[in-house]
Amino acid sequence: MLYFSKLRIILVSLVTLFFIFIAASNFQDSEDSLISKKINLGLDLQGGSYLLLEIDNGPVEIQKLQNTITVIRNFLKDKKINFSDLRIENKKIIFKVPKNSVELVETFLLDKESEINPYYNQYKSHQFDAVIQGDKFILTFSKYGLIEIKTSSQDQALEIVRRRVDEVGTNEPNILKRGNNRILVELPGLDDPMRIKSLLGKTANLTFRFVTQNSNDTFGTEMLQFEDGSNEAMVSKRIILNGENLLDAQPQMNNQTNETVVSFTLDRVGAKRFGKATSNGIGKQLAIVLDGKIVSAPVIRDTIASGNGQISGNFTFQSATDLALLLRSGALPAPLNIIEERTVGPDLGQDSINAGVIALIIGFLLVIIFMFFKYKIFGLIANVTLLVNLFFLVGILTLFEATLTLPGIAGIILTVGMAVDANVLIFERIKEECKKEKNNIIAFDAGYVKSKTAIIDANITTLIAAIILFLMGSGPVKGFSVTLAVGIFTTLFSVYFIARMLTSLYVVRNKDKEKLI
Amino acid sequence: MINFNKFYKLFNLISLSLVIISILLLFFKGLNFGVDFKGGTLIELRANDKKINVTTLRYAFGNMTLGDFNVKKFGNESDFLIKIEKKDTSANAIEIIKKELTSSIGGSFNFRRVENVGPKVSAELLKSGVIAIALSLAAMLFYIWIRFEWQFSLGAILALFHDVIITLGLFSLFNLEINLSIVAAVLTIVGYSMNDTVVIYDRVRENLRKFSDIKIFELTNISINETLSRTIITSVTTLLALVSIYLFGGEILKGFSLAMIMGVVFGTYSSIYIANPILVKLRVSQKTILKEDTQ
Repeated sequence: MLYFSKLRIILVSLVTLFFIFIAASNFQDSEDSLISKKINLGLDLQGGSYLLLEIDNGPVEIQKLQNTITVIRNFLKDKKINFSDLRIENKKIIFKVPKNSVELVETFLLDKESEINPYYNQYKSHQFDAVIQGDKFILTFSKYGLIEIKTSSQDQALEIVRRRVDEVGTNEPNILKRGNNRILVELPGLDDPMRIKSLLGKTANLTFRFVTQNSNDTFGTEMLQFEDGSNEAMVSKRIILNGENLLDAQPQMNNQTNETVVSFTLDRVGAKRFGKATSNGIGKQLAIVLDGKIVSAPVIRDTIASGNGQISGNFTFQSATDLALLLRSGALPAPLNIIEERTVGPDLGQDSINAGVIALIIGFLLVIIFMFFKYKIFGLIANVTLLVNLFFLVGILTLFEATLTLPGIAGIILTVGMAVDANVLIFERIKEECKKEKNNIIAFDAGYVKSKTAIIDANITTLIAAIILFLMGSGPVKGFSVTLAVGIFTTLFSVYFIARMLTSLYVVRNKDKEKLI
Repeated sequence: MINFNKFYKLFNLISLSLVIISILLLFFKGLNFGVDFKGGTLIELRANDKKINVTTLRYAFGNMTLGDFNVKKFGNESDFLIKIEKKDTSANAIEIIKKELTSSIGGSFNFRRVENVGPKVSAELLKSGVIAIALSLAAMLFYIWIRFEWQFSLGAILALFHDVIITLGLFSLFNLEINLSIVAAVLTIVGYSMNDTVVIYDRVRENLRKFSDIKIFELTNISINETLSRTIITSVTTLLALVSIYLFGGEILKGFSLAMIMGVVFGTYSSIYIANPILVKLRVSQKTILKEDTQ
């Protein structure tokens, strides 16, 4: 165990220098360093905001059921089947058909090519599970039907969230899927997430609809409140335009009224429809409805054929900017709820880094002083090993561009305390062997060999704990498990290569000395 | 050589009563779960105005009809920690609190940290924390079972339970907050305590192979003594690191490092006074080990 060839010594030294170099690159400006890799600081250290959003898929499911009901109704009408009681109840579609048509309807529901099974060929699953009770059909979403709804609204929502966050222009945001109905948004450097939160909290579903007095409108009507809560108006359910027809939206000052407005540009289809509606509806009120509330309901004075328009409605410049941003980035497929928020201000982050570094330095000093007094020259070897171990640990975290969190720093300090264990095990064993064996080299060799199983078992148990923590933990705690796990490997490497090499160099030179350790 | 086994009975009795007291505490007093596990809002506030103190803050928050809340000093004179139990996750709850606070105590404060955890998330975090701890215990049990014999595995796992339960019992007794980092600490304690036990067990196994004429009662004592200086040195260096985190690592890491300090102390103790007496009780002998070797 004690023999080291020249080549090996050179290799170990090179590896050590390499990691010292990498670890040091964290403290340089990235422009002039050879390695551009750096340890990322977690949100708890650099400050920032962590938001976990949950998609409320209820409205999407209802929408889908309504669409499906239309498909079923069309089919039944088409086949001249005399259906009754077609309705949605508890997220189920229920209807009755005459006994002799049951089979026909069933074949339709199971048909792979039918409109009601849009992705049978892809997933080999129907969108709905149908239960037939005599002449009554009860349709519920199948497992895949629900998964499809969730994943597709998650995909869409992710895209819209990304656009909105990008529009605000924060530093390197991190937007990720979590499960199949959640989205994680990490915003480094942002200490007041208020604006982003309010932007993400809005679905931004924009529609243009006529205000009507006639409650017998063919498309149905609904009473909607104005956004300021002052008034109500009856609005037709017929949608003239919606947000998808928007090409652009910008906040603007209206020079005549000195009011802030949001001006918008429509795409070709939208402009055509808008032109038609405004020419037919001169004198009528057109309600601009955002998320179920009327922003404003101006009277149409003229045909607008250009596809340009303005939305006014007591905006401040900020609120007009935000509305324009929401309209540009598009509507969310479903409402989002913020179910977890963690925000750390940048000054607290810096305080945490300072405290962590001070604790690390003091912890390190205490340990090396203790080790030196305990083992003298071998304590020195253990201390050099510990220092190199720290470089390895920081170097590997840098190479993988790992995220360092406050608990992660605690993990590094803990590694300092626990890393000497392997050396202590070896040194104590060598002491025992020296009592039995006069030849120093044989005693040292035996010490290394006999302590091996204990060291490996002891480290594997810690590694198991770290792995489980990594799999189950979240956020900052994950950072702790990473440093702990990497620390175990660097410790074993530094003990078996660096410390053993230094020990062997020393022992071979002083092999005849008595009471070497 | 220190005669550890002379005190087996006494310390077993003490351990047993500590475990029972801890379990009773956990059942009847319960744990002080933080927002991570109970849901709610946590605000770390720094006041730039000397007039702001716990009383004024308590008064200001009391006027906001937020339900149960708790204000305490956090580290130095100007930092405060406010915990609000109301499970209001509406997007602008924080903003409203900030506004009301400005109108009641003036604007000379800032929110350094805000955590808002919804009831669904907190329930999930609690569940995954419990699963993580259970999983790690099971993994340790399994690992020792493979590496040693089942008697060792049982001894090690009982020692682990002992450490985890007493640490949690102390947290209950002193009403210390349990949050995500405490779960991390408990898992690390599991790793550390195991680490310590394994080193002694490794020596017990080695000695079992070497001496056929020494009884396990005597043998555990020899093994503990042989590894004693290592046990002490490693505990000391680990504790030095932990105490340094506790004293200098900032308020946020205090709970974590305190739990770890307790865990290291109990972990060291239990390796000697729980893990080894169980080998004696289970009458481990050379045969136990030789069976393994011939297989």
